[in-house]
Amino acid sequence: MIVHDIRPLLAPTISILCAILIFWRGENTYLRRIFSISAAILKWVIVLSMLPGSLKGVIYVTELIPFTPGISFLLRVDALGMFFGMVSSTLWIITTVYAIGYMEGEHARKRFFAFFALCVSTTVGLAFAGNLFTLFVFYEMLTVSTYPLVIHEETPEAMKAGRKYLVYTLTGGSLILFATALVFYQANTVAFDQPGILSINSGVGILVVIFAMFMLGFGVKAAIMPLHGWLPSAMVAPTPVSALLHAVAVVKAGVFGITRVVYNIFGVSLLKEMASKGADVASVLMWAAMITIVLGSLMALMQDGFKKRLAYSTISQLSYIVLGVSLLTPDSVMGGIVHIVNQAFMKITMFFVAGAIYKKTHKKNISEMHGIGHKMPITMATFTIASFGMMGLPPTAGFISKWYLSLGALAADKPIAVIVLLLSSFLNAIYFLPIVYRAYFMKPLDGDTTMDEAHWTFLVPCIICALYTIGLGLFAELPFVPLELSRIAVTQFFR
Amino acid sequence: MSPAEILNKLTVNFNYVVAMTLFIIGLYTIISKPNLIKKFMGLNIMETSVFLFVVSSGAVMGGKAPIVGEGVSPGTVFVNPIPQALILTGIVVAMSTTALALALIIKLYEQCGTLNADKLKEIK
Amino acid sequence: MLEFSQHCPVLMTITLLVGAALTPIVSRFRKKLSFLWAMFISLLSFFFCSCATWRLYSEGPISYWLSGWEPPYGIEVRFDYVSTITFLMTGLGVLIIFYSRKYIEHEINEDKFSLYYTLVLLLLCGMVGFSVTGDMFNLYVFLEILSLSGYALIAITEEKLNAMASFKYLVMGAISSLSILAGIALLYNVTGTLNMADMALRLQQFPPILTSYVALVLFVVGFSVKAAMFPVHIWLPDAHALAPSPVSALLSGLVIKVGIVGMIRILYTVYRLGGNINFIPVTNFMGWLAAITILIGAFFAFFQDDIKMIFAYSSISNIGYIVMGISLVSFTQPEKGYLGMVGGLIHIFNHAIIKSTLFLCAGALIYKTGFRKLSDLRGMGKKMPITCGALTIASISIAGIPPTSGFICKWYIILGAIEFGKWYFAAALLIGTLLVFAYYIKIVNAIFFREPNEPITKVDEAPMSMLIPIVLLAIGCLVLGVFAYLPLAVIRPAAATILGLPSTYIPGG
Repeated sequence: MIVHDIRPLLAPTISILCAILIFWRGENTYLRRIFSISAAILKWVIVLSMLPGSLKGVIYVTELIPFTPGISFLLRVDALGMFFGMVSSTLWIITTVYAIGYMEGEHARKRFFAFFALCVSTTVGLAFAGNLFTLFVFYEMLTVSTYPLVIHEETPEAMKAGRKYLVYTLTGGSLILFATALVFYQANTVAFDQPGILSINSGVGILVVIFAMFMLGFGVKAAIMPLHGWLPSAMVAPTPVSALLHAVAVVKAGVFGITRVVYNIFGVSLLKEMASKGADVASVLMWAAMITIVLGSLMALMQDGFKKRLAYSTISQLSYIVLGVSLLTPDSVMGGIVHIVNQAFMKITMFFVAGAIYKKTHKKNISEMHGIGHKMPITMATFTIASFGMMGLPPTAGFISKWYLSLGALAADKPIAVIVLLLSSFLNAIYFLPIVYRAYFMKPLDGDTTMDEAHWTFLVPCIICALYTIGLGLFAELPFVPLELSRIAVTQFFR
Repeated sequence: MSPAEILNKLTVNFNYVVAMTLFIIGLYTIISKPNLIKKFMGLNIMETSVFLFVVSSGAVMGGKAPIVGEGVSPGTVFVNPIPQALILTGIVVAMSTTALALALIIKLYEQCGTLNADKLKEIK
Repeated sequence: MLEFSQHCPVLMTITLLVGAALTPIVSRFRKKLSFLWAMFISLLSFFFCSCATWRLYSEGPISYWLSGWEPPYGIEVRFDYVSTITFLMTGLGVLIIFYSRKYIEHEINEDKFSLYYTLVLLLLCGMVGFSVTGDMFNLYVFLEILSLSGYALIAITEEKLNAMASFKYLVMGAISSLSILAGIALLYNVTGTLNMADMALRLQQFPPILTSYVALVLFVVGFSVKAAMFPVHIWLPDAHALAPSPVSALLSGLVIKVGIVGMIRILYTVYRLGGNINFIPVTNFMGWLAAITILIGAFFAFFQDDIKMIFAYSSISNIGYIVMGISLVSFTQPEKGYLGMVGGLIHIFNHAIIKSTLFLCAGALIYKTGFRKLSDLRGMGKKMPITCGALTIASISIAGIPPTSGFICKWYIILGAIEFGKWYFAAALLIGTLLVFAYYIKIVNAIFFREPNEPITKVDEAPMSMLIPIVLLAIGCLVLGVFAYLPLAVIRPAAATILGLPSTYIPGG
């Protein structure tokens, strides 16, 4: 059922307004906080108000202005879009609270919060994009508006990371633009309202080219190896940025784009048809994802920097989603989509913890974290929960995604994917558990074990995310949880 | 084509040949001479070549000036006046260009003390 | 109103011409009057142009016979869809003259103010006349008017290098004008007429002869120099970078577009697609040159430190986009060339607005600080937030990041290139825009994210008379991108009529 509604437009507009207000009156700390938090909550309420409809399969549409004949700026909230929109708007509130605490005393806070709002606005716009063209527009806007956040420190290292980030993502963006033009030329439409708009009549060769371009383009932000180079270096950004953008908005935008392309532009039947003609592009994507999962974990193992290790872990975890998408079975896609939210909450917890530790003790490296669990027990407890989630231990959320991914892999008759998932769980354990061990069971270097917990603005977000990680695992089958929404998204793909 | 035919073509279209030659001489001067005034003279040669060509293309064998007066009957052959009118305008334009260029050259000489293009480049 | 609007194409040209001639006399009374007079004249001409444009879109093209002589005997002034560019010219002219009031105090001697306005009005007159005339020789005359005033405007400051840059431009410009004149003469020899429409008809009547081809090559070479295509772009960087900033905005935004308009007139009005002279090899060649131009311009811009030099090289690159767009045509299937043509034409408009914004912002920075090197302008973003914000918006636009206006042309030209299977053109375009973004981000980095070399204390925001045009143009960059259908509604009939399709043509429909 399609409902024409203004709400899909309102959600991104609110954060744009918030950005403008911060630009205008952002010098004042209180006004800035009020703007940020009230916009975050208002937006969350708007997105939430569409959730009941989405759970019933309603699709909200706002048709904006026409761009050219045949293409218009279109916002369309289907289950997948709702899913991503919900994740980013929820996490925006949490991260804003965290960022207010974290950025205390930092420079250029006005710019920081304004672009922070702009980024979230584009992310929600991206989630609600109703056609490939709108998606591309928001995708590029996201790239541009994250740049000032990446180079926030303005150190030579940050500038270098920013340059690298732009080179990777803009090149990817160009490929997407080219591929979008090719799709428009072949199909004469770029809308997302059907499971697949291309047809085999275009010729297998051109379809493979289009698919490859899209995967290379979105693969940059989804950090599929070897396109991941920008992500670890972008970790020089302040921790809230790393948390929201590099665990949620930016990287998930890439994954989201891949999902859209695979299921709304190509469609399952076309990809299977292509496979039967010898161009099994989905399998290529699957292999790329599996290689990234294993290699990403191995490289995470070698990192000593806390945030660097988390970055490589992100690279590895993102490919779970890509893997789920590329397996082309309902269960695997469901696992992949659910992992968008699960990974987001788990990884954001970890980044919050890294930031809290850095702010408290100025320690960036894992090798310095002896006995940190004695000093900051609550912080480290949330980290431990998130690590269990990453490993996929029941009853955490991570287990749910791995369960469905494995079911899907078996249904697709690709047992190797299950092996890769198990191997990855094992590797996750190897690189996360030593941190937990070091924090709780080793004596601090200076022997000081008095409790010195982080400020509540750090703790509350950590606890909420950690609770969610357990909550989703325990109550996975209740209605109103992400699993239900992703199930609806899947039915929309496999019509 | 036999040599005789080529020669014939060249003589019939000799205005093309002359204009072409002058044009190339002018272009060569602009490119090869370092002195700005000489460069500019080359440009003037080029301008003249085009003007000559246009005027000559309006010529008609045995044609008279297209003015109604004595000795003009309905059968009289006139030369085409339009190219002449055009070139008058063209000459005006060329003159303005010359004036502007010379003004620039004077200014350059006052400021830099040389008119050699190679030396002027080094002044930067 | 209808009766009146018919005279507008002539009136707007005459107004500018007479206004220019009277400026020195007006300034005799009071020095300050010359600015007001120039403002008044340009506004008047903008008003006439608006009337003519209004009539064009309600009634169709205007054909005006000077002194009532019927073409091909008399001179025809033709305001068709291509002439819509005059709307842009006069509009930008108003803004730039408004901007000049404060700015020229910085670079030009006071006794030359009236000369400055005279030349600017003449330049506008040349461009407007060039775009509305239906007569080949008038085309040449207006071309010379605008070129000569352009040369003089570059040399109007007292700097040494300016005279040299102007001389270089003058020599190359004069050669190109001669080449165009020779082309006109040859075509006159072939057809015996100077009226464009008549010339086109007669060219179709006779079998093609060598002279027509030679003339075509002369035209293309001549207009390529005016448009600064590779390899005859060498005059542009110095001339555009050294001129006073409002003049740079005029030259980069509009004057080089005149070369493009000339090419469109010659190729698609006189020679015509589907006629008996197949010029597709020429457009193919131009397409390749355009691809090289895009890359060369973007590549050289990368190594510049002078902010205006960067903009000048990027103009070369952008001319490449436009020429690539208009060269993507098919001789027998005019519909095929529609997308590329729309892309090229719309970039004429968008680039004019974006590049003017950039040059005017650079002018404001130079006016306030006296520096023009990127390394000296570090940290200006905090001192002049509005100027630098506009500069950033324009930078994002020129890199073609959606939803700004630079994106539309990219989209259409890529579609056009795909239509012809020339994916390598699209690739060149994309690589070009990436390079462009690389050096514009350098500018944004310098002004916003770097600490100044030495603390700049005195600098504050530019005066209102400079800020208003800058802000209006920057808003234009955004609005024309988000509401792309507005400029498209203007451009699409133009693209269709250029290709010989009905003006209401819609692809696929």
